[in-house]
Amino acid sequence: MTVSDLVLDGNAAAGILHAVYGAEMTLAVGTCDACDTDGPVGAVRLYRSAGLVLRCPHCDAVLMKIVTAGERVWVDSRGLRTLELAVG
Amino acid sequence: MAGAAVLGRLGWRVASIADVRPETPRVKTIALDVPGWPGHRAGQHVDIRLTAEDGYRAERSYSIAAPEDGGRVELTVEEVDDGEVSPYLTAEARAGDELEIRGPVGGYFVWDSDYPGPILLVGGGSGVVPLMAMIRQRGAIHTTLVYSARTLEDVIYRDELERVAGGGLDVVVTLTRTQPDGWTGHSRRVDADLLAEVAPPPEQRPLAFVCGPTPFVEAVALALVDLGHDPGLVKTERFGPTGT
Repeated sequence: MTVSDLVLDGNAAAGILHAVYGAEMTLAVGTCDACDTDGPVGAVRLYRSAGLVLRCPHCDAVLMKIVTAGERVWVDSRGLRTLELAVG
Repeated sequence: MAGAAVLGRLGWRVASIADVRPETPRVKTIALDVPGWPGHRAGQHVDIRLTAEDGYRAERSYSIAAPEDGGRVELTVEEVDDGEVSPYLTAEARAGDELEIRGPVGGYFVWDSDYPGPILLVGGGSGVVPLMAMIRQRGAIHTTLVYSARTLEDVIYRDELERVAGGGLDVVVTLTRTQPDGWTGHSRRVDADLLAEVAPPPEQRPLAFVCGPTPFVEAVALALVDLGHDPGLVKTERFGPTGT
């Protein structure tokens, strides 16, 4: 197994993101605070370790970190300038 | 409306295993009965959670293998070496066992059956699973499946694919490691040359779904764009030992 085998994409975080935001988030459009690139959350890079790290597919900046412990989840989204999604 | 956000917390439900079927030596299909299941679309997935007697929990994400069918949800699971969830699902799970399921989730790697053009499905290994859900509900839309497996024994859904191929479904299997005697199919990796030969040309604007291990997905997506396919029509899902 190589490092690239461990890189997934935002689709793999769909369940926990839905639990956090109460909505389907893979089609939500996020804007990277570092490079201004925007795109669907399902297409960002995801690294799995003790938690999940979502990175910009364009500049590799960290967009979000998500750690689940028991019934609690901790979310750091400072690398995301905005998230835009349909709520209708 | 399909794809719209549905507000409301997504919680865990208890599912019971209805059936376990072997697909290949390392892959099994697990059929679950999920009371209150809200239905799903081809390409969506679920999270499965197992809880050990000491309270330790492990979650992993699995693609749904079959179209909506009441409260029945079918997952096809490949055993991952050193995995926490897949060894249970492929070796221990029995009809009547209960486990927890959260879903369906995913809106990005989902087939919108309103798309008018042909569909191109490119799968590597167990990345074929969500593509099979699309094949099983494709209707009359012309569909091409390009499926890369190591050996013939590793081809998941082999009998069904042989049975349903033809008409509006082209099935192209490439065996990258070993080929049986008399194999007349492809035996190389899915690259631009192979895609140029077997996939609908860019002028037909096929909607492409590419699923497999990350290196496979990235190589195929790049090859499709190099061939002139619209990057906006190439949907990718990296398949691997996922979960939170």
